[in-house]
This record gives sequence, structure tokens and C-alpha cells, in this order.
Amino acid sequence: MADASNHDAFVEFERVQKSYDGENLVVKDLNLSMPKGEFLTMLGPSGSGKTTCLMMLAGFETATHGDIRLGGTSINNIPPHKRGIGMVFQNYALFPHMTIAENLSFPLEVRKMGKSEREEKVMRALDMVEMGAFGGRRPAQLSGGQQQRIALARALVFEPELVLMDEPLGALDKQLREKMQFEITHLAHRLGITVVYVTHDQTEALTMSDRVAVFEDGRIQQLAPPDKLYEEPQNSFVAQFIGENNTLEGVVKEINGGVALVQLDNGDLIDAKPVNVSQPGERTRVSIRPERVEFNKERMPEGAHTLKAEVMEFIYMGDIFRTRLRVAGKDDFFVKTRNAPDQVRLTPGQEIEIGWLAEDCRALDA
Amino acid sequence: MSDTTQNGSVLAADGTPLKRSLARALRRQKIRALLLIAPLLLFVMLTFIMPIGDMLFRSVENDIVSKTLPRTVVALRDWDANSGEAPGEEVFTALAADLQIAAEAKLHTRVGSRLNYETPGISSLFRKAGRKVKKWDVENDGPFKEQFLKIHKGWGDPDVWRTIQTYSPKFTNGYFLNAADLQKGADGPEWRPEDEQIYWLLFKRTMFMSMVITISCIVLAYPVAWILANLPARSANLLMILVLLPFWTSLLVRTSAWKVMLQQQGVINETLVWLGLVADDARLVMINNQFGTIVAMTHILLPFMILPMYSVMQTIKPTYLRAAKSLGATNWTAFWRVYFPQSIPGIGAGSILVFILSIGYYITPELVGGTKGVFISNRIAFHISSSLNWGLAAALGAILLAVVLVLYWAYDKIVGIDNVKLG
Repeated sequence: MADASNHDAFVEFERVQKSYDGENLVVKDLNLSMPKGEFLTMLGPSGSGKTTCLMMLAGFETATHGDIRLGGTSINNIPPHKRGIGMVFQNYALFPHMTIAENLSFPLEVRKMGKSEREEKVMRALDMVEMGAFGGRRPAQLSGGQQQRIALARALVFEPELVLMDEPLGALDKQLREKMQFEITHLAHRLGITVVYVTHDQTEALTMSDRVAVFEDGRIQQLAPPDKLYEEPQNSFVAQFIGENNTLEGVVKEINGGVALVQLDNGDLIDAKPVNVSQPGERTRVSIRPERVEFNKERMPEGAHTLKAEVMEFIYMGDIFRTRLRVAGKDDFFVKTRNAPDQVRLTPGQEIEIGWLAEDCRALDA
Repeated sequence: MSDTTQNGSVLAADGTPLKRSLARALRRQKIRALLLIAPLLLFVMLTFIMPIGDMLFRSVENDIVSKTLPRTVVALRDWDANSGEAPGEEVFTALAADLQIAAEAKLHTRVGSRLNYETPGISSLFRKAGRKVKKWDVENDGPFKEQFLKIHKGWGDPDVWRTIQTYSPKFTNGYFLNAADLQKGADGPEWRPEDEQIYWLLFKRTMFMSMVITISCIVLAYPVAWILANLPARSANLLMILVLLPFWTSLLVRTSAWKVMLQQQGVINETLVWLGLVADDARLVMINNQFGTIVAMTHILLPFMILPMYSVMQTIKPTYLRAAKSLGATNWTAFWRVYFPQSIPGIGAGSILVFILSIGYYITPELVGGTKGVFISNRIAFHISSSLNWGLAAALGAILLAVVLVLYWAYDKIVGIDNVKLG
């Protein structure tokens, strides 16, 4: 988890709490530390406290308790306009009564920069997002994607070291969103800026970030690089929230050599990797990714426990096949297979055996 | 589907030109829409457009002279007004014939009072002459000039005759000249004597005070609208009721309340005297003058400023201010450079509303304005109901209407009417 005493930390949250009404904590004990140049995403369902954290960092909300530090100094009492943090808002918040160039020039003007220097920086920022020809237009004359680029350029034009983005791609369509994800990450790495990015879209979080903080119930549930988050979720919330996931519930029978034997509620036995369980008798919820389930007997790991399954539905999705199975009395168990020439297409009603590597199946908290 | 003929017009499926086909298809819709608004249109025509048109027409209409005195008007045509002498016998003969008919129908007094607006005193000439002429035999009792002069020597005054001659055409600009403090002199329009010039002063005062009222409304309404727009919906609705509360109270009651507040024995003066801030014999004069009118009208027109401002400010998202601050702007810069420009349409709409309403306001200046605080509308009302000079009232009204239209046009040129949002 986060190490709050990290001396290289650029952005630090230390034991931060936030309450709006004095009765409920929206953010409970947040500890987070980011090195310079990192792209960190706060991911979580709505109401999980991620936007509140961003607003506290930007200075629009004050922390009820705890310390927020930027570059080693506490910024709790510094007003937002003195923090020098760039911010991209959900609906861009481009000033409608100003042209694009005036929008970009605004942060430079309030910093009392000279006219020629301003114009040069504005031009450079516009070129950076490939919008050089649009300086004279008004925001309403631009498409959503173009406005997005301008909002980005405006947040970067005064060269902040930290940029916050609050669901900046939420209003774009899927294709444009993917293109912009790519562009934002490249720009951030090229300029070497530190980015805190808030989203509820897990694909966005996984593809863009160096590290992802998964928020739920006012706490960081897990803070890890995307691959670790996906493959090694620390608890069942993270496993459920990130990617597709099959869960089975049962009781730990024994733990032996890094492998836990779990007895499911219908009596079947499976192998799993103990993550949040330490001794026999504990209830657990095991989690397995649909693409890690194997039903081809030849490829099945040796000596593994297998489960009987009945094919309920076969869904053709183009690049992959999704097959819905009935496993251990539950009929929402999915298997994903690649659409390859030699791939088997299961038919509904078929009885098969499924299995997996013990380390792909994680025994988490119940 | 569609096809193109050789001359380039697009054809519909059945071969008729697409334009005609479309027009036919839309005709039914248009007729229905017209029928739906017909009752309102009729109502507005009968109760609004036609009376206004009639009133505007009255400001130039003048056929009463030529209708009542047709022979006199013809006979006077050759008379030289600058000769310094009354016209000859033939004019008096014609006048006797006209007046006899008019007196039978009791119309002679109306001409008299019409001409009296222009030259005071004519009214009594006509009244006296009408009484006598009834007994005359127009065919045989001539010559009449002597007899008219015997009735009243005013009939020998060339000025009286000049007035009759000047106002004999069917249309006149006399009312408008009068409304602009001008009169018809021997050589075209000339200024009225200094002590008779009142309308120009009243117009200036009406403009000036409406401007002051509008500005004080802006100053008072802006913060209120801002709070309303930024409060959570529940408390905003409660405050909105307070804003609208005055609408549920009679205008007369509110104006009278200001009388209670502002008069010399009123609440404010009593309080100030009690506090010792004002000496008992030097109480502030706050009513029956311009100050009283401005205070009372600002209060009455304030909701008309708050409402459009509020509706515009509601659409300004708080993220704009946050964005400005995140870009390094102080609270004041963020407000002045980002929030205020976006709220201008609301200020514009409210200002137009308040200014146009106050420019034609009548009740409040009448009640609290005294002599120094009355508006042009009070003078119009005076001519409508007391002096009965409807022509002059119409001319004043027409000028007021023209001023409003000019201001509206100027506003459109400067700010742009598209920028006005009323809701």
C-alpha cells in the first residue's frame, strides 16, 4: 500500500479525511504518495470519494483532517489559484465568451506575462495539441474532441508540474476516447508532468496509468500498476471492479505449499492461491478470470482439481467467444476463448470439465 | 424519388415541382397553426393594436376645423395672415353660415376648444358667437363683420384668424410641435416662451430618472440573483418566493408604504431624530421629490431585474469559476473576467425591462413624485383625463414610443438583442 513517508514523494496525502455534513466521512483515512512524473489514476464507482480527493488536491475542498503536501510543503492553507496546479474539467469548462486563444492566454495574463511571450506560449500550446489553426474560434464552434484538446492545452500552457484531470473523456464517443487516451498519455510522458487522473472507466485507467488507485467507500482498496491490479487483485471488490471476473464461494479446507484447497458450497473441491485467507475453516470468495479457465483436457494443468460444467449459452463476439456455464449450481460463470482456427465452439447443453492453474484462482475475502 | 428537370428544378415523385409539393404539404400545418392563434390574434388586434393605432392617428388628426367650418376654411384660403388686418366680409358671411349649422348641432364649442389649445381665448369667442348666430337669418341679415365684432372684439384680431387658417388642413403637426415645446409662428415653428416649456424638461427628467432607477436596480439585484443562483434548490426557492412576494401585494399599498416610510413625520425621519442624527427642525425631505420616486420605483421594479439575471446566472456553471481559479486567477479576477461577462445578457434583459417599464410608469410618480418627481406619463394622463387634449396626449405618447424604439435599436446595435435572455 501507499508509503506516506516516502522522501521522493511529489504529491502526498497523509491520513486525510473529509466530511461534508459532520456525520459521514466521504474520504476515510487516505494515504497516498506519488513520485514526480507519475501518471496516477483514481478509479472507482461514483460516490467512492475519488473526485473529492481530486478537489482537495486542487484546493476547491478543504480536508477535514490530515495533511496534503505538494513538493514537500503542506498546501492545506494555500488557495487554489496559488497552487499552480493545472486542471482539466469534466465538461472542459472553456470560457464561452472568449476565443480559444484568449482562453489559453488567460492563465498567462493573470500571471502578468508580457504580450509577445504570451502569444508565443499560446501558439506553442496550440501546436502541441494540433489545434494551431483554431485560435480565433469560440469554444462553441468546436467539436467535443477539439474542445477536449483545448482544455488540455489550457491546463498545460502555464507549465504546471502537476495536472489534474476529472473524467476529461467522459463526454466523448468511444473511438475518440481511445484516441485521446493515447494522446494524453504520450503528452504527459513527453512533457514529464505528474498527472492525477480521475475516472470510473476501468479500461481507461488500465491503458493510461503508471499506477491505479481503486477507490471504494472512501478508502483506497488497492494501489498498483495496471497489470498487477488485474492479475493480482488484493480483495474481492477490486477483483469484481476491474475486468470481468467469476466468483465462487466456499470454505478453506487446507493450505499447503502456497496452494489452498477450497471446498465450494456444493461440496466440490478446487485449488486456489491464498491471498486474504490464512487458515483452514475461513470462508472465502475465489476469483478467476474468464480467459484463464481451461476446458480443453489436453491443456489442463496436471493433477488439478476440475469442476463439472454445463454449457448454457454460446455468444459469438467476433474476436472472442464468450460461453456461459453452469458451475457449482450457479449459471453466471463465463469462459472467454480466442477466435482461433482450432478453437472449439461449445454448444448449449454440452457437459464439460473445467480447470485452471492454482495461481490464477485467488482466494480472497468473503 | 426526386428527379431533376432540364431547367434544374427538383421534381417530386408524381412529377410536380418539389417546391410546390412541399408548400402544399405544409399548407395544412400553417392553417392549423393560424387557427390556433386566431383568438389571441383577434384579441390583441381589438384591444391593443387598434387602440394604439387610433391613438397615434389622433396625434396628427385635425379634420374637426374643416368639417365644422367648411365654408370659412375655403373663404380664408386667400387671406394673407401677415396683412395685420382681419379678413373681409365674405369670410364672416361664411363663418355665420357655418356657425349656424354647427350651433344647431352644438359642435361650435368643440371647434372652439380645439382652437383654444393653440390660442387661448378662442373658446369663449366661439361660445358667445354660437349663441347669437342661432337667431340670425344668414341670407338677409348681412353684413356680418360688424355684428361679429359687436359680439366680441376678438373676432377682429388677425391672430385668431391666423390660428383658424393654420389649423384648417385635415392633418396637423401642431400637437407634435406642442409636445416638443414648439409653436407655429409667423415663419414656421418657433420655441415657445421659456416659461411655457415643460415637455422637454419632463422628457429629460423621465429619461434621467429611469436611468437612475435602472442602475440602482442593477446594483441591488446582482448580488441577490447571484445568491439565488448559487444556493441549493430548496433555499433558492424559498428566497425566490420572497423576491416574488411584492407581486402579490397591491402596487398602491407598496407605494403608500413608502409614503409612511419616507415622509417627514415618517418612520425613517422619526428614527433619525430619535437617534439624534438629524435635528427635529431639519428633517430630511425624502418624499414628493425625485428621491422618493427613485426609491419607490426601484423597489417596485426590482423583481423585473432579479428574474432575468437569475435565469441567466443559473446557466453559468460553477466549474467556470473553478477553472479560472485553477488557472491562477484570484477570486476577483475569476469573477470579473469569467463570471461577469457571462452574466451580461441577464443585466441587459433586466435593464431593458426595467427601463422601458419605468419610462412609462404612472402611479408611483403620481403618488410620491410631488411636482419635482413626475414623469412624462403623468402629463399624458393629465391631457387624457383633465384637459381632454387627446391629440397632445397622443403626440406625447408617440414620442415616448419612438424614444423607446430608438433605445431598443441602439441597444441591439451595441449589445445585440440576441444576447438578451429573459428565461
